[in-house]
Amino acid sequence: MKFVFEKRKTQLKRLLFLIPFISFVGSLFLSGLLLLAFKTNPLMVYGAMFKGAFGNWFNFQETLVKAIPLMLAGCGVIIAFRMRFWNIGAEGQLVMGGIFAAWVSLFLIDFIPPWLVLPAAFTAALIGGGLWAGIPAILKAKLGVDETLTSLMLNYVAIIFCQYLYNVVWIDPNGYGFPGSKIFDKAAWLPRLTGRVHLGLIFALIIALVLWFMLKKTKWGFELKIIGESPMTAKYLGINIPKNIIIALFISGGISGIAGMGEVTGIAHRLTHGLDMGYGFTAIIIAWMSQLNPIAAIFVSILMSVLLVGGDQVQRTMGLPSAIGLLLQGMILFPLLAGALFSEYRVKSIKSIGEAVK
Amino acid sequence: MSDNHAKMKHSIGTSNRWEMYLDNREVILEMRNITKKFPGVTANDDISFSLKKGEVLALLGENGAGKSSLMNVLVGLYRADAGSIYVNGQKVSITSPSVSSSLGIGMIHQEFMLVDTMTVAENIILGIKDLNLVPDMKAISEKISEISEQYQLKVNPSSYIWQLSVGERQRVEILKLIFRGANILILDEPTAVLTPQESKELNGIINQMKKEGKSAIFITHKMDEVMAFSEDVYVLKQGKLVASKRTSDTNPKELARMMVGREVLFQFDKGEYKPGKSVLTVKDLCAVNSKGLEALKTISFEVKSGEIFGIAGVAGNGQQQLIDSVTGLQKIRCGSVYINESDCSNKNPIDYIKAGVSYIPSDRLGMGVAGTMTVLNNLAMKGYRDKPFSSHGLLIKSYFKKFAENMIDLFRISTPGPETIVKFLSGGNIQKAILAREIDSCRNLLVAAYPSRGLDVGATQAVRTRLIEQRDEGKAVLLVSEELDELLMIADRIAVMFEGEFMGIVDSSNTDREELGLMMTGMKRDQVK
Ligand SMILES: Nc1ncnc2c1ncn2[C@@H]1O[C@H](COP(=O)(O)OP(=O)(O)OP(=O)(O)O)[C@@H](O)[C@H]1O
Ligand SMILES: [Mg+2]
Repeated sequence: MKFVFEKRKTQLKRLLFLIPFISFVGSLFLSGLLLLAFKTNPLMVYGAMFKGAFGNWFNFQETLVKAIPLMLAGCGVIIAFRMRFWNIGAEGQLVMGGIFAAWVSLFLIDFIPPWLVLPAAFTAALIGGGLWAGIPAILKAKLGVDETLTSLMLNYVAIIFCQYLYNVVWIDPNGYGFPGSKIFDKAAWLPRLTGRVHLGLIFALIIALVLWFMLKKTKWGFELKIIGESPMTAKYLGINIPKNIIIALFISGGISGIAGMGEVTGIAHRLTHGLDMGYGFTAIIIAWMSQLNPIAAIFVSILMSVLLVGGDQVQRTMGLPSAIGLLLQGMILFPLLAGALFSEYRVKSIKSIGEAVK
Repeated sequence: MSDNHAKMKHSIGTSNRWEMYLDNREVILEMRNITKKFPGVTANDDISFSLKKGEVLALLGENGAGKSSLMNVLVGLYRADAGSIYVNGQKVSITSPSVSSSLGIGMIHQEFMLVDTMTVAENIILGIKDLNLVPDMKAISEKISEISEQYQLKVNPSSYIWQLSVGERQRVEILKLIFRGANILILDEPTAVLTPQESKELNGIINQMKKEGKSAIFITHKMDEVMAFSEDVYVLKQGKLVASKRTSDTNPKELARMMVGREVLFQFDKGEYKPGKSVLTVKDLCAVNSKGLEALKTISFEVKSGEIFGIAGVAGNGQQQLIDSVTGLQKIRCGSVYINESDCSNKNPIDYIKAGVSYIPSDRLGMGVAGTMTVLNNLAMKGYRDKPFSSHGLLIKSYFKKFAENMIDLFRISTPGPETIVKFLSGGNIQKAILAREIDSCRNLLVAAYPSRGLDVGATQAVRTRLIEQRDEGKAVLLVSEELDELLMIADRIAVMFEGEFMGIVDSSNTDREELGLMMTGMKRDQVK
């Protein structure tokens, strides 16, 4: 009796939920082996992480707080990946959104009524992130430039530009040289739901739902799928590919931009370091793990956030590097890729093609 | 032949022994008791056959009968669930295409397996194991040119695949096999995309290979090719081997009956020819091909409602550019294209679709369907913009399903269900799905490029009937075909294309194969007369 892989006729719906779960468990297992190699008890580490993320109300809030930018950036990445547009620039788009929101909160605020400040910051963040994603989109749509490279490089442009702003241009003159802008006026503070959990959570949930609905149920979502699966067919069907790439990427970057706004107006209340925490990169893992399903991305984001927050906690309580959390995140990718294989292929036993299967 | 022998010939199990009795060439390939299952279908059910040195064997069967699957098992693309394979009397383990290739088995697939962004030469050496790290491209190109000279397979080794027409790509596939020195050739519907001229050349190639002691397995839906090319013919039906015969002992009619299980008639009820107003008007059209060379030289014609306008000619004479120009897929250099009196010159595909133009493209997997999407979604791809597929921007999935079930039924698309991924259907059934979608969505003009290519006899007949139906309903049909019989049978007028020009437009009732054939070689109508 031998076993071979065979392509499945239909992808199993069941596996859609199983895969993130299995990859998570697989990641715990693989990381466990690594921890053992460092003579650390993995169960204790995981216990500490779990406690760190869920242990008390405060810790759980922190997990939610970190999940917000992950959910948003994850949704942003999903919409681009649906078209097989490899936007790996969510990090930069998030930062740009933050910068635009900060600009509204620092400067435009003097010219508009207080109630308009947050809507204006929201819109500005959307535009900032959208434009930043629009650059690789336009380059790809009009000139056929590969988007992977352009979107990746633009991350660093945005990050360094942001540093320039809060270190030099917008630096708070009364801040004793502390790198960061002045604290925003209260009108630009995003309301908090509880503790540090801000309104961004509601934005994220609504956006994920709307996006899911849009991708699944609308004509436009159908068109994006066709473009992603077969551009030639899309062209033949009269779908305007360049236009759709640009619109979809504007939205993709815009959603990541809103994540940046959440960080700036909801947490820091100023433009300072900490925007480029890698949320935009983790978002790529989230998009894959949730198999480009925005609803799944909500849960996967929380899971990833658990790893982040729990990792910090491990550092504090066990004296291990907080990179454990990142290690676990990275480890998720391996079982995930294997998981993708199993969702498309089935293992099959063959009787006797005789010597055929050696 | 004694009664006893006749009986033996009709029972499959013993016929091989009978052939061997007649023919003492050595058996070089044997497939024994091959079974291959896919979720929901048994593609091959306990199939056994053998191939002798220098023999050409034809494999016949309806769309989805399991021909391609059986051959894919032989070249190691699929693994059989049961059964064994013998090459030169040795039991072999064909675990991958490179194994079969090293055993001298080579296959030309129904759908091309070339890398678009590479050159002809690069494609030909792709996957050859014992090459130098830096292959000597010059020597390779020379060898390719040599082979293409020898077999009259004209292609430029340094052209990119994307620049080539479908027919030229097919030639590259053939070259690839010969280059690699295959001595068992599997040809999966190779002539479906070749011109009659090219298919004659292919016949020449096969004969030449036969002389060198090479063997071939030939899959086709064209009966005249079975009769002309093969010595033995095997018929598959729903995964089972239902007949095996010496070709000389059978005839097309009998073969068709064995395949389909009923009598196939090639007669059509065609209403009277009553052309109405012009639906497609093309004036002084010129256009270039992907290499920027002139492909169409001032072409003018009209397709009227209630008529089938056929375009004959050897592929690569501008047909593709002509079709692309009247569907918005390519820009035109000069002249104009009108659909129902509205100027659509250089408009986009969407404008043509909105003007009621449907198009059955020749590139099925690349253009006609999104291979990784479901049958259901692919069938809805033309209608999704409007009611009842969608309203206010929202898709109505329940209608998608209803529509798909309806089409599957109407066009006899054989699929495990509407949710099956399209690329897992057999070649002919993918074509049926495209036909269903385009014919159903056609409002004014139906552009059909080689619509019966790859279809079995029954389905071919059904498609032709549908085209005539469209005509009788008062629509205009532009039919591009290489099969003169098809054009003579169903077209009302026929234009013959040669090097980007029309050699003439003739009434189909008023012409014959000879005249069309002469025009296809570049003679103008008035010269022929
Ligand atoms: N990779 C695959 N996965 C699932 N099902 C498959 C696959 N390949 C073939 N099939 C199924 O097996 C059956 C036989 O298909 P096959 O391609 O062998 O038919 P065929 O005789 O070559 O038909 P055609 O004349 O249309 O090319 C079909 O029902 C098809 O849907
Ligand atoms: Mg086939």
